[in-house]
Amino acid sequence: MFEIKGLSVNYGGIEAVRDISLSVPEGAIVTLIGANGAGKSTTLRTIAGLVKPRAGKIEFMGEDITGKDPAYIVGKGITLVPEGRRIFPDLTVLENLKIGAYLRQDSIEEDIEWVYSLFPRLRERSWQYGGTLSGGEQQMLAVGRALMSKPKLMMMDEPSLGLAPLVVKDIFSIIEKINKEGVTILLIEQNANMALKIADIGYVMETGQITLSGKGSDLISDEGVRKAYLGG
Amino acid sequence: MADFFHQNLSYFLSGISVGGQYALIAIGYTMVYGILRLINFAHGDVFMCAGLMMVYLSSSLPFTISIPLVLILTVAIGFVIERVAYKPLRSAPRMSVMISAIGVSYLLQNAALYFTGGLAKVYPEIPVLSRSIVIWDATTRVVTLVTPFLTIILVVLLSMLIKHTKVGMAMCAVSRDFETSQLMGIRINRVISMTFMLGSLLAAVASLLYFTNYASVTPTSGSMPGLKAFVAAVFGGIGSIPGAVIGAFIIGICENIIKGGASIFGIPGSGWTTFSDAFTFAFLIVVLIVKPTGLFGEKSVDKV
Ligand SMILES: Nc1ncnc2c1ncn2[C@@H]1O[C@H](COP(=O)(O)OP(=O)(O)O)[C@@H](O)[C@H]1O
Ligand SMILES: [Mg+2]
Repeated sequence: MFEIKGLSVNYGGIEAVRDISLSVPEGAIVTLIGANGAGKSTTLRTIAGLVKPRAGKIEFMGEDITGKDPAYIVGKGITLVPEGRRIFPDLTVLENLKIGAYLRQDSIEEDIEWVYSLFPRLRERSWQYGGTLSGGEQQMLAVGRALMSKPKLMMMDEPSLGLAPLVVKDIFSIIEKINKEGVTILLIEQNANMALKIADIGYVMETGQITLSGKGSDLISDEGVRKAYLGG
Repeated sequence: MADFFHQNLSYFLSGISVGGQYALIAIGYTMVYGILRLINFAHGDVFMCAGLMMVYLSSSLPFTISIPLVLILTVAIGFVIERVAYKPLRSAPRMSVMISAIGVSYLLQNAALYFTGGLAKVYPEIPVLSRSIVIWDATTRVVTLVTPFLTIILVVLLSMLIKHTKVGMAMCAVSRDFETSQLMGIRINRVISMTFMLGSLLAAVASLLYFTNYASVTPTSGSMPGLKAFVAAVFGGIGSIPGAVIGAFIIGICENIIKGGASIFGIPGSGWTTFSDAFTFAFLIVVLIVKPTGLFGEKSVDKV
């Protein structure tokens, strides 16, 4: 469904991503794990169209989408829940959801209902400004906002960052639920343990390159992965 | 009290009127600042160009055509300035864009100098607006009465556009966070163009009202009202539309009260008028010292 071939990305002279290839089958949860600075965010930002790649090819449902602008890519059904959530603090919860559906011309009422049913907390806070929400609620809103574009592929950049363990558990179970409802997931995490547990396929990224890949359950028991990312 | 108000009515009236004109210009400064963090130094000159275009167009066309044409052409000028002078510098340091804005300002003034030969051009008498009327013994023009109402109507329309339309929501989003806006599918360049076009449209309306009162246009006619409107925007808290409008009315009224100082405060001498401009800028300095973020300014001026 989604495939990257030989992707390289530079920031000025710095090579942030070097010749990586990965594929995401339809309906799967795929995770990309790796230490801070490995190039995970850069990979997602390039897919989303925020950064232009130096080389390589990005294909989505048979179409070459390399170097297209973000609006085009959202329109195709790929969305990114950005690192640090980045909700709009001076728009209300409802307005944040509506702006997630910016490109859509059809009725969005049903999807607002869907998001509210996934996150009842957001319904209660519908009229509150985004900036007044707690970290966990903001993450829910960021996910809900991304869902409003009716994505086929949802990319998430470290959704567990800075959240309490209990909240992280919630978010991960919601990710699984969203996936079961038909949205393919590409998930970046430093919290490798949690990510690999729910993932069908995992990739390990180190200093801009993919060094290891395999089934989530295989990686979790891999000696090297355990040592490097799972604390022994 | 009623007597005092009665005697000085003409000053209050022109204060409210000129305040409305400043408000319409100030909105352009404040909206562009809100979205690009750029002080668009060329904005006052766009206002001047609207005035000059009216002079030339109305000499051969009826007002029913020349007025809409001036509005459209001014919007086009705003659009082109952004595309040519600011858009290519989107990822350049803010100072570069600032310098580009100053360049555009001088470019417009020089173009105007070329076309006018440096002579003051007589502004056409727009029917109805230019007509003199007497209210409560004060003689004034219809435009003085129309301006505050028209200003309020336009501000209300603008607020509705921002609050209740998709474009308005996109403007809020883009002024907060370029990147996340792009992730929502918002084409930020379109939204930025739209902002410049709206600002220019309001400046064009302001020019119709302002020059009807002042009767002539020169290449530097945009500087002073532009500067005053800018001070109003800073006073109101740059980036805030209600702030700019309230700031503009306060400055317009204060300025005219000072002009009327002789009779209002019972101080003899007519030299006060000279100080009304100085007042505005002294006021700016005080605002910047006492409350740099203005009346309704954001707490943090920088983009998150
Ligand atoms: N905007 C940027 N400009 C320059 N270098 C950057 C930028 N963003 C990230 N980098 C660099 O690219 C590398 C990869 O960063 P990133 O993709 O954010 O890693 P990760 O998400 O895995 O922590 C790092 O060395 C980082 O310093
Ligand atoms: Mg990252």
